[in-house]
Amino acid sequence: MVITATFYLALSAILFVIGVVGVLTRRNVIVIMMSVELMLNAGNLAFITFARELNDMTGHVFVFMVMAVAAAEAAVGLAIVLAMFKNRETIDIDQIASLKG
Amino acid sequence: MMDIQIPDISLSAIAPEITLTLTAILLLMLEVFAANKGRDHLGYLALGGILLAALLTTRLVGDPVSTFAGSYVVDNFGTFFKLIMLLAVGMTVLMSMRYNEDNGVDSGEYYAMLLFVTVGGFFMASGADLMTLFLGLETLSVALYVLAGYTRTRLASNEASLKYFILGALSSGFLLYGMALVYGGTGATKLAQIGTAIAHGQVSAPLVAAGMLLMLIALAFKVAAVPFHMWTPDVYQGAPLPVTAFMSAGPKAAAFAFFIRVFAEAFPAMQADWWQILWLLAVVTMTVGNVIALAQDNVKRMLAYSSIAHAGYLLVGVTVASEAGVSAVLFYLLIYTFMNIGAFAVVSVVAGKGEKYTTFADFAGLGFRRPLLAMTLAMMIFSLAGIPPLAGFIGKFYLFMSALEGGFVWLAVIGVLNSVVSVYYYLKLTVYMYLKEEGSAVEASTAPFSPAMAVALVIAVYGVLAIGVMPAGYLAFAKTAFLSF
Repeated sequence: MVITATFYLALSAILFVIGVVGVLTRRNVIVIMMSVELMLNAGNLAFITFARELNDMTGHVFVFMVMAVAAAEAAVGLAIVLAMFKNRETIDIDQIASLKG
Repeated sequence: MMDIQIPDISLSAIAPEITLTLTAILLLMLEVFAANKGRDHLGYLALGGILLAALLTTRLVGDPVSTFAGSYVVDNFGTFFKLIMLLAVGMTVLMSMRYNEDNGVDSGEYYAMLLFVTVGGFFMASGADLMTLFLGLETLSVALYVLAGYTRTRLASNEASLKYFILGALSSGFLLYGMALVYGGTGATKLAQIGTAIAHGQVSAPLVAAGMLLMLIALAFKVAAVPFHMWTPDVYQGAPLPVTAFMSAGPKAAAFAFFIRVFAEAFPAMQADWWQILWLLAVVTMTVGNVIALAQDNVKRMLAYSSIAHAGYLLVGVTVASEAGVSAVLFYLLIYTFMNIGAFAVVSVVAGKGEKYTTFADFAGLGFRRPLLAMTLAMMIFSLAGIPPLAGFIGKFYLFMSALEGGFVWLAVIGVLNSVVSVYYYLKLTVYMYLKEEGSAVEASTAPFSPAMAVALVIAVYGVLAIGVMPAGYLAFAKTAFLSF
């Protein structure tokens, strides 16, 4: 069997959907952050596949940028979770719901 | 050996961005190395950087300059948005000084973060490549997540930044995947090249359509359009007041710049596909924002829903997508920056230390205790409601006129009906200020406000009156900033 670009794209679509569902249904903030990483990396995989198919470097460069952004986002996200934990001693988003209306 | 081609780089075109970044870095260093805790002068330094950047930005008005291998374009459209961002951040710095002192905020990093948000917004306004736009959006968002949670010990602030972070990261994921699909479908990341490829039909249509839809969802998140608005009320209510004021104007303007640039340069050939989605988005956003605002008893939250409704009005101009529509959006965003930051500034004076007084009841009798303050707030509120001769009226007039001229009669009718509904909750606040007995916020709101805050309020009042009475000059500038569809 030949592994074509379609396989990679299907994998990236599956990863993306898992990520979205994870963000929307999980209650633990750390797991939500992992789901966000899945979404970003699904985008990366799609970029790399298209770049290979199109024989174009732009997609590769884009992926490097996204990796840097993802790292920055994770750092800030963890800092926010820590600040939250210091005040509330929980990282379950169902228990973090004082603002509503 | 292969030669490396160095693309054409014009540093003078990005001089404002360089100025802001250097000022931010300087602020970070001063915060660490000098005994500057809780002093105003870091704020004045930030203000100096902002003024210098504004000066450099006004010098770039004129013919478009494309640089960095065509991934960054400095045109009047981008410059207009940059000036709005600078106005927003300048007013925010002015209103932050007293707030930071009262609430024990370390000011150096705070001002640096505000400037980083602004730089990110600049890249969103001028990016001509999906990569530049994505990086600009992320620079803006990541710094904003930090700002929303800046008062670390306040639980509401923690919660606001956490919610903003989760939903912001979700929308970034959508945006990135959408960009990947558009890249796969067209083989380009430069907006102009994507536009040409789509116009010539050399694309994979399903990929491009799916990519466009995902990008649209992400952008709807960023401008807080219904049904992607869930984060807005919580984040606006929980974030520190100056940050809320800034978020509702600066980053919103940047998101609209991104929105218009992508749809005007990359997807104009698919207008038949997207105008109906935008039409629906505009109508639902206006209506839901206004109706829910009616039921609020917290002024900060009421202003959050009012800002959702305003995103709906602005989407009217984007839907029309004509010269009149786009320039009306630019014009309205300028007015909106003055009046919304002005309103939040007054609320932050009344709210006092620790933001204790933000309900409608706390504003009762304000007109007798603090006549000037109440008059300023009333002026901002009337302008938001669109009552002549204030600027908000002129802005709404041009927006809905552009809808009529573009043949979107129903859109204009629904917009006008919505502004009528909005008058109710804006007037409610005025009634509390002038017709109710004194409320609980008596001690807090007798505190004198700082000179910096006074300057911010004067700027807001000047903007609302000057544009309301003599709109011609500002409107002419907005017209030159039009980006062709």
